[in-house]
Order: sequence, then C-alpha cells, then structure tokens
Amino acid sequence: MKKRRFSGESGLSVLSSGVAVIAGLVVGLIILLITDASQAFPAFRSILTFGLQSSRNFGEVLFFATPIILTGLSVGFAYKTGLFNIGASGQFTFGAYVAIYIGVEATFLPPAIRIIASLLGAMLAGALWAAIPGLLKAYRNVHEVISCIMTNWIGIFLVNWLILNTIFDAMRNSTRHVPVDANMPGWGLGAFFQGDALRPSSVNSGIIVAIVAAILVYIILEKTKFGYELKACGFNQNAAKYAGINEKRNIIFSMMISGALAGLAGALHFLSGAGITMNVANVLAPQGFTGISVALLGLNNPIGIIFAGILIAYLHLGGFQMQLFGFVPEIIEIVIAVIIYFCAFVLLIKLFFANRAKRAPLPDPPVSAGPPPGEGMDPPPDER
Amino acid sequence: MYIIEMRGITKEFPGVVANDDITLQLKKGEIHALLGENGAGKSTLMSVLFGLYKPERGHIYKNGEEIRITGPNDATRLGIGMVHQHFKLVHNFTVLENIVLGVETTKNGVLQMKDARERVLALSKQYGLEIDIDKEVGDITVGMQQRVEILKMLYRQNEILIFDEPTAVLTPQEIESLMQTMKGLAAEGRSILFITHKLDEIKQVADRCTVLRKGKLIGTVDVPTTSKEELSEMMVGRKVVLSLDKAEAHVGERILEVRNLSLKNKGSEKNKLTNVSFDVNAGEIVCVAGIEGNGQTDLVYALTGLTPPDSGTVTMMGKDITRMGIRSRGKLGMAHIPEDRHKHGLILDYTLAYNAILERYYTPQFQTCGFLKQGEIHAYADRLIERFDIRSGCGADTVTRSMSGGNQQKVIVGREIDRDPHLLIAVQPTRGLDVGAIEYIHKQLLKQRDEGKAVLLVSLELEEVMNISDRILVMYEGEIVADVDPKAVTYQELGLYMAGAKREVGR
Repeated sequence: MKKRRFSGESGLSVLSSGVAVIAGLVVGLIILLITDASQAFPAFRSILTFGLQSSRNFGEVLFFATPIILTGLSVGFAYKTGLFNIGASGQFTFGAYVAIYIGVEATFLPPAIRIIASLLGAMLAGALWAAIPGLLKAYRNVHEVISCIMTNWIGIFLVNWLILNTIFDAMRNSTRHVPVDANMPGWGLGAFFQGDALRPSSVNSGIIVAIVAAILVYIILEKTKFGYELKACGFNQNAAKYAGINEKRNIIFSMMISGALAGLAGALHFLSGAGITMNVANVLAPQGFTGISVALLGLNNPIGIIFAGILIAYLHLGGFQMQLFGFVPEIIEIVIAVIIYFCAFVLLIKLFFANRAKRAPLPDPPVSAGPPPGEGMDPPPDER
Repeated sequence: MYIIEMRGITKEFPGVVANDDITLQLKKGEIHALLGENGAGKSTLMSVLFGLYKPERGHIYKNGEEIRITGPNDATRLGIGMVHQHFKLVHNFTVLENIVLGVETTKNGVLQMKDARERVLALSKQYGLEIDIDKEVGDITVGMQQRVEILKMLYRQNEILIFDEPTAVLTPQEIESLMQTMKGLAAEGRSILFITHKLDEIKQVADRCTVLRKGKLIGTVDVPTTSKEELSEMMVGRKVVLSLDKAEAHVGERILEVRNLSLKNKGSEKNKLTNVSFDVNAGEIVCVAGIEGNGQTDLVYALTGLTPPDSGTVTMMGKDITRMGIRSRGKLGMAHIPEDRHKHGLILDYTLAYNAILERYYTPQFQTCGFLKQGEIHAYADRLIERFDIRSGCGADTVTRSMSGGNQQKVIVGREIDRDPHLLIAVQPTRGLDVGAIEYIHKQLLKQRDEGKAVLLVSLELEEVMNISDRILVMYEGEIVADVDPKAVTYQELGLYMAGAKREVGR
C-alpha cells in the first residue's frame, strides 16, 4: 500500500513534467513557424536532437548542466525550507570570484589542494553572501526576495571592483586565467564523451560533484534531524516555534546552505578547464535565474533537479545550433524561455491529472487531492 | 412536500466516503438539527447544499422540483443562507455596509444606502436583533457580529437558514436570545438547519434531528420524543456517560505560580494582560473561563514562552521561567495543547508520524548522529494511534492535512499527554470535537489530575468549565475578575463575570 502510493505520486510528477515540456515545445515550434516557416522544422529538429547527435554533444550538455543543477538545488533547497532564494545569481558570482582568486593566487598550494580550497572558498563565499538576506529575514522580517535582489546587484558591483583590484587582466577586461592544473580534473569524462570529433568535450568531474551535492541535499532534507527542523520551519514557522525549534537560526542556516550551493555552482562553472574567465560587466549571472526554472521543473526534488538541469542544458545547447538556420539569438532565447515558461505550468498539469485520476473509478485512488505542498511555484507564504 | 430534500447524496474524497447515500428532508417552518461527530460528514453535506462540492450521486429538490446548485450564488438565488462558524464579515466595514454587501442598490452607479438603512432597521426591530448600525464590525462584540450575519440572511429574504455551530462563541445569555430568535424565525415559516453537537440545544429548540455517523445516515427522529441519551447513542454508536465521574481532588504542591503578568498592546492604551496572578497546584484542574478574545490567548502565550510578557514573573516548580525558551520549558515538564491546532499544533504537510515527534524529534529515542530513526518514529506513531484511537487513511503515513479535525486534535492531545508532563496547559482541547472525543479527552484530563499532574484548562464552553474544573478563573479584558469554586457558582453568575458585569470583591 505504502509503496504503491509513493510510486503513484512520483509517477504523476514525472508525467506532468513531461507534458509541460511537450506543451512548451509545441508553442516554441509555433513561434519558429511564425518567424521563418521554411527553416522552422530543421531548426526545431536541432533543438530536439542536437544534444544526442553525438556523445560529444551530450558531454557538452552535461558541462552546461553542471552549474544550473547546483543553482537549481540552491533554489529548491531554500524553497523546501520556506524561502525563495532569488539571490542565487549574486551568490554564484561571489563564489566564482573567490574560486578564481584562489585558483590564480594561491600558488603556494599544490594543485589538488588548491582545487579543494577553491571549492570550499566558493561555498563559504556564497554562504556568507546569502547569510545577509537570511539575517535580515530572521531578525528584521525583511522579505528575502527584496534583500536577495539587492544583494544580487551589490554582489555584481562588488565583485567587479574586487576583480579590478586583484586578478584583473586588462587585455581581456576579465579575470586572469586559472592555471590548467588548478581546474577541475576531467576524470576521463571529456575523453569518454568525445564522439567522432576526436576532441574531448568540456564535461569534467564537476558534474559528479553536482550529482553528489544533489544526493547530499536529498539526504539532509529527508533523512536527518536537521532537515526535519528546516522543513518544519518552511511548512509552518509558528508550529516550529511551538515545538521549540529556533526558527531564526534555521532561516539563516537554510539561506547559507542555499548560498553555498550557488557559490559552488560559480566555482564549477569557471574552474571547468574550458578556458572561461569572468568578465567585468554589469550583468547578473544568468545561471542564478535558470536555477529557478530548474528547481520548478524538478518540483524542488533534489533528484528531479538533476534531470531538470540536464534537460534545460540540452534545450539551450540545441537552441544555440538554430543560428545555423538563420534564427537570431533573440528568437532562440524566446523559444527556450517559452519552453521553460511552460514548465512552470507543471503543477497545474499535475493537478489536472490528479483530479482526473480521482474521478476515474480506480480501486486505489491517489492519496493527495491537491499538489503536494511545498512544491509550489509561488514564493512561500510569509508568516501570517 | 419538503422545502428542501437532499436524496441519496454520496460524496467521496480520496480514501473516505464523506457522505454515503444521505437523505435529509427539511420541512417548511421547522428547526431541523443536524447532529454528528466530527468527521461524520455534516460540513460536507452542507457544502453540497451550498454548491461548494459536487456530489458523485444524489439529487436536491426544492418544493418537489429538482434543483441544481453549482455555487454559493445559486444557493443565494434559491433562498438558502448560512451563518458560518467563522463569520464572513468585513471588519473595517460598518454593520450596514456588511449587510448590504453583494446586494447593494445603486442608482447610476451611486449607492443608495438610505433605503437599505431603513430596511435593515425595520428588520432589526421586527426580530429583536439589536445592532449598532454605523459601528465598524471590528469594534462590536461577537454576539452582535452573529446578529449581523443573521440580518444578512434576512435582508436577502432567505427562507432556508443554515446555522453552523452558532453557539460556540456566545455567553449563556446570548445563547438564550439566539434560541429565541431561531424559534421566532421558524414560527413565521422560515426553515432552519441547525448544525451542532450540543444535545441540550437540540432539546431546547429543534423539532426534528438527523443524525450522521462516519458518513452514513443513522436516522431522523422527532426531538420531543427522543432522550438526550438516545441521541448521543445514535451519534456515537455506543452508550455515552454524559456526566463525569469525578473523584475529589487531592491538591499537592504548587507547580505554577504567576505573579503580576502584564502585556502591553502595541498601538493601544489598553493592556492585553493586566496584573494577572494565580497559582496552579499538582492534582487540580484550574480552568480559565471567559469569552473569546479577553486575553486568554495572550496569557497562554506568556506561560508557554511564545510571546514573553512585558512584566511579571512565571515560576514553575520553583524555577523562574519567565524568559526561558520553549524547549527548556518542555524539558522542565510543561506540555501545551495549543488553541489553534493548524497554526501551532501541527505541521499539516508532515505525516502523522512526523507530527507525533514534533517536540521530541531531537531526543536519542528518535535520532542518532543527526539521522532520524524512521523505524522508531513509526513504531511510536503506531503506539499513539493505538492508545488514542486516532483514525486516518494511511496510518502513520497519513499527511495530517487530510485528516479530520477531531483526529488531528487526538494526535496533539495524545502527543502532549504522552510526554508525561508535570503541568499540562490545554487550550480549548475539545473545540469542534464530538461527544465521544470530548468524553475521552475529559477523562484523560481527569486522569492527569488524579495522577498528581497540574492541569490548566482554557475553555470557552461553560459546561466544560463547570463539569471538569476544581477552580475557575474568569478573565475579562485581560484581567482575572473572579476566582471561584465551581460548586459554589451558577451558570448565570459566571455569565455575568464573563460579560464584565460583575467582579469578585476583594481583587
């Protein structure tokens, strides 16, 4: 009985996520048809199939998926504990800066240690940056969405200033390169996903780190006393307080863990060995916001987030290929945005299926009448 | 011919049949009581009549003609009105504005309040429903708010009136006058459906009574020819002892000592609590009586640590706990059945098992090295389910949101009693429960007392206060205005204390 209920429930989640993606693809196709009917189908095919055309392409998908799985975890984790972390972007940027700084400057450390120091430093930086909205929420009842948006921009400008004064490369208007041996090791993944190109893809051990992080987050949330407390605060702050749980402390911890995950995303993105450096520009890191889509599509479930991250990376990569068919990047972004937007309807679709299943004369009706709470797309309710 | 007939209504929710082939026949001009335990399906049936739920099977007839109700607007059009248990009033509107809300008369888009005022005043006079027509609803008493709700129905010329547990928030005097009003309305041909679980009230006003139990129709009886015992047996399905066997209290040492507790009200001159002092001893049940909103909630928050007081001290077992954290109070032996089970008592999205360990999840019994012991937690929840007869769809794995109110309450009561406290603070522990569950909880409270525990009970139900307590404290506007012996006081006297019309001398 117990087992069936569980499989029915998660089956419903997978089904509704699938329908959301398909609906988004159909609307995306319509937009392509309106823009340029003659090229719409080949372009659309590239979205659908590019990521799987060769193992190298799939390696690239995993490479792109790495940071957004982590920002997705960051948002999803915060959401489970009743917070809407829209500040993953700023935490990502801060983590990235500290990781690059350690990679460039901490030459006194042997490379392997330096990588670990980079990752830990990035997590600490993201955590501290996220602690600011956490503290404001806990002690001053400032809504975290407001303070996160502000810390995003403050983070960008602060990091730009830090880059200019520390590891600036004036020729390229960006940070200096991290030496090759201080990047994430490939662990043969790039060579494994190289396809016919005889050129390894950019995927590296970062994807393993991301998956391990997802599993750890799952264990923390579902199996531990700490997760019990965090979720209790998220679901019902008053009851958590009644139970003697220090809800202020938990808000801060929760934001810090969320921030650490976003910071780690920043580190893995820039230490990938693909030669990406951090530009000095007044632009928010898009990975932070993609993370929101990833979390939504993965229904805030850490394991679901892994697959959602891979899927969105897949769509992005296929989307870039549409330039070959004469579509301008703006249209491509719109199509991808539409697909992601539809993904946000996943809950609505889930509700629809749940209602249908309820009406059908099944011997074993599904247990939950509505969407499982805590997996909504609205920001969590503030305390009433 | 019935004015309203619901025939063969069946409404299912996942895992439960809330209404199973229920037939309810309402005659014109009668007061028809709908009696049943919590979770028996009364609210579901009324929601079907009001168009909030669509039944799987069954039909509704009005004067013999089948009608279709798809929403509250249909219900209003058909002349069905309802006074909800929690009033649906706009607090910053005046009484008059609330009454006309939704059926305003306008001329070229401008409100015509003059006619409305006259009609409301006429209705108020005709039925003896006294109101302050220009006061804001937030400033009037609960009793008057209820009269506003009744006037709302009369203003809409509803002929079928549903009262959902209308007496829960009233003083004895107010209940008396409500009963008179109901009788008057029925006498002039309106039909009343009266949802309640108070047998006295049914005996007092109802003509017939339909009893539901676990979603099934048990029967419809004529009230004058049926005894209270028979009614309660129909409702619960077994014989119920209506009066409590209560042994003499053996008062022991002092457990709780409250001195000069005060709490300011931000933005108002009036304090929420003013110099509240009292003691609770081992082996006695001290009851705090009063009308809702007279500081009982604030008092409990101060005692349990949810909101610290501005001044005064709380001492428990010789320790000053005024500023102590909530968890430390629990460890010292304080258990708390909170007033609002949804706000404080439960995490509705957690399972029954997770709620059962809400205050003890961190103890070695339920976790090692930070990992929850799922097996232990389930075993404990199963024991609680067994011991307190908690009913739910999927046992310990049931999400508490999907449980009935009575069973949710049993989870809390069970959990708190199982903590084996020295002091049990129970705030309206029987609110919204049926006779069977109330009897059970009262027995549990008495058992706690007889085992030498101190019990502080906050209750709005006078009958409960009189039956179970060893000492009664009456609160009025944040002060304790009386400290009396239940054997030496009458209902009427208590009512006067509660309404602020009387004060015990010497305090």
